[in-house]
This record gives sequence, structure tokens and C-alpha cells, in this order.
Amino acid sequence: MTDITRAAQNPTPNGPVAAAVLSCGLGCFLLGVLAVAADGSKGLAAALNFYNPSGPLSGVTTVAIALWLLCWAILAARWKNKPVAFGKIAGAAFTLLALSLLLTFPPFGDLLLGR
Amino acid sequence: MELTFRELITAIHGMLFGGFFLMAIFGAIVLLLSAHSDRPTPEPTISRWQTFYLIAMVVLGWAAVLSGAYIIYPWYRAIAPAGADLALYPKALLTAHPTTAGWHSFGMEWKEHVAWIAPMAATMVAFVLVKHRAAWNAHRQVRAAVLGFAAVAFLAAATAGGWGAMINKKAPVQGGQTYQFMESAK
Repeated sequence: MTDITRAAQNPTPNGPVAAAVLSCGLGCFLLGVLAVAADGSKGLAAALNFYNPSGPLSGVTTVAIALWLLCWAILAARWKNKPVAFGKIAGAAFTLLALSLLLTFPPFGDLLLGR
Repeated sequence: MELTFRELITAIHGMLFGGFFLMAIFGAIVLLLSAHSDRPTPEPTISRWQTFYLIAMVVLGWAAVLSGAYIIYPWYRAIAPAGADLALYPKALLTAHPTTAGWHSFGMEWKEHVAWIAPMAATMVAFVLVKHRAAWNAHRQVRAAVLGFAAVAFLAAATAGGWGAMINKKAPVQGGQTYQFMESAK
């Protein structure tokens, strides 16, 4: 089935929305991963120290946001005008979002780092 | 009645940007809940006022985290020189005593990261509502997902704002030029 036929059958494709939802979940998850990783590795913390007065927080957030926007742009281009399995994608996005909340919770990060 | 420069900027960060973002995302949740049903709503487009509201919400969210990370946080975490008055170095003041160290090691460590989830999720929510209203109207799962992310944005902002307010009560960010707003009554 061509994209044109598919779009004609579904006048409101959910692909662009799925791209926004999944990339947001992934971006938040990457933020959590980078926060814990920078906390556990002095080398990574130094590498992510983009702006010294703010410390590694500047790099953690800048990299996470850059990857979120990049992922969003790629997925939006791939799923443009396409219907996708939104339920599965939203499930994955919410799982990533829940993990990001866990990873940004200091006791959980400390647990992962064996403290 | 006086306020130092750092206190003024901290108030703008927390009470203007953060506080108004919190109210705005709560308003967005109410908007989403009122339209969240099994049936698509008959209105396929978004009003100009709603577009302005959602964009303002996103701008407030980003202004809150960016001002926090790049203006307030450097003042908070600045390294105190030997013999310095720790009242001007909130992180050093908190970590100097075991009874207050948790405000930094737990509160600030949590706040400084979880806060960023709020504008990211709010941006996605606003983007879907403004640019893809038709898909939001047509698919119940889309409405549920957007509502879920808006709720998480609210929780993240409330967590960050709550900790920020409490930490700033325990060890206020202060210093800089002093502004006098009103003569003291005698």
C-alpha cells in the first residue's frame, strides 16, 4: 500500500503524534541515564561540564535535549502521514517516562551506582 | 523593604516562571480532561487564544529551567573561599551540617534533574494540541497519552518547585546589589 492510499484511508494519521510522544519519552529517559552516569563517573561528569558555573548539569541537559530533538526530527520524518501502532508506541513512551522519573530520584540512582 | 539582586532573580525564577508554569500546566490538564472522552470532539481546530496559552506555558517552562540551571544554580553551588560567610554559599551552608546536608544531597539533586522533564513533556503536549489537533480529536489513545504526559509534567514541576521553595527557605540564595522598594515604617 502506498503512502498516498494509506493517507486517503486514514485522514488523520497518528504518525507525527507518535513521533512526538515516543521521542519525548526517550529524551526524558536519556536525561535520567545521563544524570546517573555523570554522577557515577568523574570522567563523564568532566566531559559534560559544558558550562563550569553550572557543572555537569549543563552537559547532561544539553545532550539529552539535543538527542530528544534529533530523535523527534528523525521519527517525524519517517512517520510523516503514516498511521502507526500508537498503543504500543505510547506504552513504550510511558515506560521510558516512568524510568526517567525513577532515574532522577536520587536514592534509585545511588542504588544503581552501588552506594 | 529591601531585596538583593539574587533574591529578586530567584523570585522571578520560582514565583513568576515556575509558579505560572505550574498553574498553566494545571490549566492545560483541566482543558485536556474536559475534552477527554471516547467520542471525538466536534471542534477540529484550536482557537487562537488556546494556541497563545499553550505557547506561553511552554515558554514559562523553559524559562524556569534555563534560569534555574544557568543563573540561580551557579550562585547556589559556588565554592566558598576559606573563611567566607557561608550564608552567601547555600550549597556549602547546607552540606556543612549533617542535619541539613539532605536538603542538598536529596532535595537539590532530585530537583535539578526532574525539573527538566516538565518543559520537555509540556512542549510535546502543546505541539500535539496546536499542530496535530485533528489526530488528537480522532484517536482516543492520543488523547490519553497527551493527558498522561501533561500529568507527569505537572508532577515534575511540582516536585522541583516544592523542593526549590523549601531549600531556599533553609539556605536562601542572596547577595548582589540591594534594592530598596519602600521606606521602613518607624
